[in-house]
Amino acid sequence: MAALSEWHGRLEETALAPVRRTGLRYWALVAFLLAVIGWGAYAYSVQLRDGLVVTGMRDRISWGLYIATFVFFIGISHAGTLISAILRVSQARWRTPVTRMAEFITVVALVCGASFVIIDLGRPDRVLNVFIYGRWQSPIIWDVLAITTYLTGSITYLFVPMIPDLALFRDRLAGRTSRWRGWLYRVLAIGWNGSAAQRRSLASAIGVLMILIIPIAVSVHTVVSWIFAMTLRVPWNSALFGAFFVAGAIFSGIAILIIVMAILRRAYHLHEYVTEKHFVNLGFLMAAFAAIMIYANISELLVHGYKLEEGVEFHFRQIFLAEFAPLFWFYLLGGLVAPIVIALLPATRNIRGMVVASVLVTFAMWIERYVIVVTGLHVPLMPYEPASYAPTWVEWSLLAAGLALFALLITVFTKVFPIIAVWEVAEDHEAMVGAPGAARRAARPAALETQDV
Amino acid sequence: MCPPTGEVDDGPEMDLEESERATADRDVDPGEAIPPYAVTDGSQFGRRRFLRVLGLGTLAVVPLPILPELMRAAGLAEGQPEPVHGIGEPARTRDGRIRQWTMIIDLRSCDGCQSVGQPPRCTAACIEGHFAPEPMEWIEVYEADLPGGGTQFIPTPCQQCQNPPCVNVCPVGATFSTPEGTVLIDQDRCIGCRICMAACPYDRRFFNWGDAPIPPEALLADYSPEHQVPAKKGTVMKCDFCPDMARTGTLPYCVQGCPNRAIYYGDLEEDVATNGRVVVSASRFLAENDAYRLKEDLGTKPRVYYIPGHGEAVGRDVFTPDRQPTEWPWMEWAEGAVTWQR
Repeated sequence: MAALSEWHGRLEETALAPVRRTGLRYWALVAFLLAVIGWGAYAYSVQLRDGLVVTGMRDRISWGLYIATFVFFIGISHAGTLISAILRVSQARWRTPVTRMAEFITVVALVCGASFVIIDLGRPDRVLNVFIYGRWQSPIIWDVLAITTYLTGSITYLFVPMIPDLALFRDRLAGRTSRWRGWLYRVLAIGWNGSAAQRRSLASAIGVLMILIIPIAVSVHTVVSWIFAMTLRVPWNSALFGAFFVAGAIFSGIAILIIVMAILRRAYHLHEYVTEKHFVNLGFLMAAFAAIMIYANISELLVHGYKLEEGVEFHFRQIFLAEFAPLFWFYLLGGLVAPIVIALLPATRNIRGMVVASVLVTFAMWIERYVIVVTGLHVPLMPYEPASYAPTWVEWSLLAAGLALFALLITVFTKVFPIIAVWEVAEDHEAMVGAPGAARRAARPAALETQDV
Repeated sequence: MCPPTGEVDDGPEMDLEESERATADRDVDPGEAIPPYAVTDGSQFGRRRFLRVLGLGTLAVVPLPILPELMRAAGLAEGQPEPVHGIGEPARTRDGRIRQWTMIIDLRSCDGCQSVGQPPRCTAACIEGHFAPEPMEWIEVYEADLPGGGTQFIPTPCQQCQNPPCVNVCPVGATFSTPEGTVLIDQDRCIGCRICMAACPYDRRFFNWGDAPIPPEALLADYSPEHQVPAKKGTVMKCDFCPDMARTGTLPYCVQGCPNRAIYYGDLEEDVATNGRVVVSASRFLAENDAYRLKEDLGTKPRVYYIPGHGEAVGRDVFTPDRQPTEWPWMEWAEGAVTWQR
């Protein structure tokens, strides 16, 4: 019993550590991210003043980096749903230490993704027209509906399982932290005291939410794909698009989660809880999704390429041989094949290998979104010379600012909220230690955990 | 997530009672281990109160998706009728039927203005009439390859589809079909998302990427979706089919501008079309000359018809390619304006 309470104490200290101590490096990082965001704000002010003429987009390629980044961010927001809802439903116990991070990523990525739609608008001052005059016939409205629903759902789903941990923060930090923090935790813990009745309510609330959030998440990236698939453009003319986008979303979500896990693990010394097992398991999942993506690509390309209808020849030429060939081949080989190889080879089946694979996948999936958006518009519709598109410094700056905002929000979150689901990890631990025969079952994972520290 | 009982009273004494019941719950459930960090600090929050806060929190955000309906119901959308229309009442025939504007382009008579040695006059007339900013060509003369070699010129205005992909996808109803069968854009409503440009299969939509160069007199014009002057930054523009002019009996600028009288404008309802010199029966003219529409297989049902040809009626040699590049006359008038390439 003493060992258990000592274990608890260590877990709580690990969870509280980011809030208790803030080093110089943290502030340096925040300052750097703020500087990047500030630069992005300047670029955006230039765009507001002069119009979208400061971007590389023109009439014939009228969407570009912004929309690609929007799709990318909405995609990685699927990390949280996958890890905490799908894995929770399938009762994969190993997920508990990383659920909170995944849910953070979801909320933050949605906020960043939605802001890129606003950035892309020619008239951001009229964005409320979407609510005033919104037409249900438009895929954009489906998106607004799906993304706002998903944002509300995922904020709720982030918040509800966090209540016991917020109560922990409220109690442990009472009188020992700034007034706003004390107030924040008191309000957000909504009177949690850990009674059996409360815990039952919590369990049923989580149960309902995790079932609700899965169809919402699937719908989100499906309707994002329909923005493209509902138009009469050859490369986007595919009934597979919805499923293809959802698979790609989860795929890139896992990659971002692995990267964030690796950074937070190192920054906040979570080695005991976030272990090699998590990286390897997620790496396997990522490899599985890479296989699904390969399958989807073959299905898509073969069906179109076999018939080679009008416009398809141009499209195939541009992605396999001409302008977009380097990007597309990197996506196929570096983004889809490499992660599978890395996950399969014993030599690279470790944290470093998985992080490398994740970085590859992240780049490849952003590139895939970019290639989908730009090549779709690049196929000429009428007898004119194909247009060209290259993002300008304004677009690159806003992409950098978007990524910095993503990193900043995660960084700030980790300083305010518990980054580990303390009560869930504790519950799992107790179940493992307390149940009969637990020693035998615990032996293997424990060995895995220690070899990694 | 519902409270187990049907009680709706939520007075303050309820909370006390609730709290007691919660304590009782805990007492009858001793097997449930309370984690060491769970502090029972005598808070008044019972299970029901906890659920209520949770439920209200969720309910508070659920209306987000139905916000548009709520805002409409609250009258926030007042000011503009819905859907928006042009300023004018639709034109009618003598017996009261709404006119259905159409355009018939006789490619046999189009030589891309090679014979006059100027940029296509239809485009030029349209640009001058609408103060269309550079580089917009609301009616653009494409040069397409012929199957047997050589080229043909295809003047292409907005096709005024009867199943318009652009109208279908517009999130705010800024582009809309009119009773006269035209497709217009309300630049006062457009949010500049450009999904209509992705949706248009004819490349007939143009975006005001910056502050468009326009002459000073354009600023004095009365704006309406039927007369898109002056251009507004961050919004989409295109050929509006000049219904305001047609109603007063004036032919569109492009029809007036064509030196070879290749463009006919008319009304399908009354079955009449004219190029300014001859008046034809539209249905007979289309049928007798094997008229077609662009990308018919897409099912967009355009209102613009083409009579196949390559300028042979005006003596054009198909193996003489190229036309003069389009010009926008007000570049030197509009100081400080930015232009861009298409």
